[in-house]
Amino acid sequence: MAVYDLKPTREAPSNLRGPIKWVLENLLSTPLNVALTFLGIAFLFWVIPPFIQWAIIDANFVGTTKADCTGDGACWVFIHQKLTLFIYGFYPQDDYWRINSAVGLAFVFGAIFKYFGRSFITKILIFSLYPIVAYFLISGGYFGLETVPTDKWGGLSLTLIIASVGIVMAFPLGVVLAFGRASDLPIIRNISVVYIEFIRGVPLISILFMASVILPLFFPEGVSFNKLLRALIGITLFQAAYVAEIIRGGLQAIPKGQYEAADSLGLSYWQKMLLVILPQALKVAIPNLVGASIALFKDTSLVLIIGLFDLLAMVHLTGSDASWMGFDTEGYVFVTLIFWIFCFSLSKYGKYLEDRFNTNNR
Amino acid sequence: MNLLNNQKFRGIFFQLLTVIGLVAFLWYITTNMFHNIEQRGITTGFDFFGQIAGFGISESPIPYSDQTSTYFDAFKVGIINTLIVSGVGIFFASILGVIIGVARLSKNYIVSKLSLGYIEFFRNIPILLQILFWYNVVLAALPKPRQSIQLASDMFLNNRGLFVPKPIMEAGFTFVIIAFVLAIFVSIFLVKWANKRFEETGKESFLLPWIVLIIVGLPLGVYFLSGSPLHFDYPALKGFNFRGGMSYSPEFLALTFALSIYTATYIAEAIRSGIEAIPKGQKEAAASLGLSSYQSLKLVILPQAIRIAIPPIINQYLNLTKNSSLATAIGYPELVTVFAGTCLNQTGQAIEIILVTMLVYLTISLTISFVLNIINKKMEIKGR
Repeated sequence: MAVYDLKPTREAPSNLRGPIKWVLENLLSTPLNVALTFLGIAFLFWVIPPFIQWAIIDANFVGTTKADCTGDGACWVFIHQKLTLFIYGFYPQDDYWRINSAVGLAFVFGAIFKYFGRSFITKILIFSLYPIVAYFLISGGYFGLETVPTDKWGGLSLTLIIASVGIVMAFPLGVVLAFGRASDLPIIRNISVVYIEFIRGVPLISILFMASVILPLFFPEGVSFNKLLRALIGITLFQAAYVAEIIRGGLQAIPKGQYEAADSLGLSYWQKMLLVILPQALKVAIPNLVGASIALFKDTSLVLIIGLFDLLAMVHLTGSDASWMGFDTEGYVFVTLIFWIFCFSLSKYGKYLEDRFNTNNR
Repeated sequence: MNLLNNQKFRGIFFQLLTVIGLVAFLWYITTNMFHNIEQRGITTGFDFFGQIAGFGISESPIPYSDQTSTYFDAFKVGIINTLIVSGVGIFFASILGVIIGVARLSKNYIVSKLSLGYIEFFRNIPILLQILFWYNVVLAALPKPRQSIQLASDMFLNNRGLFVPKPIMEAGFTFVIIAFVLAIFVSIFLVKWANKRFEETGKESFLLPWIVLIIVGLPLGVYFLSGSPLHFDYPALKGFNFRGGMSYSPEFLALTFALSIYTATYIAEAIRSGIEAIPKGQKEAAASLGLSSYQSLKLVILPQAIRIAIPPIINQYLNLTKNSSLATAIGYPELVTVFAGTCLNQTGQAIEIILVTMLVYLTISLTISFVLNIINKKMEIKGR
């Protein structure tokens, strides 16, 4: 009996496999696609090489004064010289460690929260202890720390403070408003609706104006808020309305049976809402909550308009420094980079959370 | 029976408690407010609207003079400028957003990744930073009027703004406008007729060339018949600046650029997610019914995708309008700059002015959500 050797299979033609197939399919499939591909490549050539030329090849990195910037490109010396100003604002130089350790403590508390936050009470305790510690650390006045008034706070650290306070404080208020809007009681529901729709209908800047100009008039003489606190109140009240709408969306996704089951177990209203409904609603709402937090982080830059010196305002201000005139571009590119990194990583984190909760549901 | 365990009673009780708390709080802050106002000698009321404002406004679409115009005129200028900048911003944001959103779904790798890059880049930068960047970096770097960049034969761009020819309509031009409106109505009628015929007989009519012919041809014919009643006032360099024509200030340009580019990212995302939300089965079902890919897009995919995409897009229009208030950072004279800025500083009547400003935005918002609700009602899937 003849034995036939199996011939090795011939490989597919080169235009049906590997990178050539990919290019043919994804870049050159139709005449329109060919044109688009070339347009896209032309665009990249138009944008990227000049930018690299400006930002790296022609740029100056070392030096201490404007005179050291001799190239045609970017003057990163400016950023380097002003970096502490951009990060800490007018905070006293000797006390930078206080801001640094407040940031470090955030991670410590985060770890404690993760490993020791067993019950709801300890979680809340740890969670609310951190802002108090951080406040005393940054503001001072106790334990031999020198008081640093809030008008000295600024730069990136102020941006982070405003954003985190806004995000954290708006959450409980938002939850209450969302419960109010979903409530059966007509008066409570209408109050919540009016509040939420009013705040969402006006721009943040008008609320900041209101907080900085009108708010002091609402309280008896002698009670005075500093500018930062006013801005924080405004931002919290603003963000709460958005958080409320997002959580309401989550509440609507909860089947009625969950409410009825909680009722039939004899849980009180708050037990039902906090132990059964809210945890499920939050799961649905988390991606949008992250989105709202990113929006708030970007919106903190608006405090520039009411005269607080956040990161953008510091860069805006140093751009008009007489010995460093004409470096606006570098400053704006730097702020862009910082904001972009924060917002982009937050949005990726939101996506990760969304995916994680999605698989849980399956 | 314990009253507190009675659900009805509890409902009334807690609502009463809330109302009492709210009223007490409002009473507390208003008494404080009136006391403080009196102490500081701030005038109250809306009488200031009738007084002469006495400050100039750099751009005004309606007649305004710093000598005779009142605060109410300044208020009107502010509102109109807000509406103009929002309208123009919405127009360009929509065009850019649709292009980017469609490009995002393109099968072409480079195009799709470029639009992803565009979306991720501009979406993650604060809008205020973008406005300041366009204003302080890009537009400030433009040449002086004498070295203007010539965009087209009579369009000039320099650090004073964009200068374009100004159309001047003569009496006969009304007929051209009437013809244009008429052409649109005729086209709508034609489309309706074609749809009806399609449903009754299944015959398709290829209307596009006819519609183009009617919408372009009818006004054009009337234009020439009525003796070309339109001419242009061209901008010309006189001294240190351009005179004549129409000009758009750098503030206006920076604001519309930033708002359109920023909002377009959200519109693009809305369009992408709208189209991607359509289950694959819909496309397959359309294909198995024998529809061409154009038919399946037009008759099956888009009607469903638009239904999903429109509410977020209209929300973005609303956001754009609210974000136009950031003009105050670069001094474009819209509502917040003129009214909540200059007028407030001159009169010192913060409460009235900020309240009125908020009410204007609230009115715009409520109008837009009202329109949105109507559209949603119309778009609702009618079945069962």
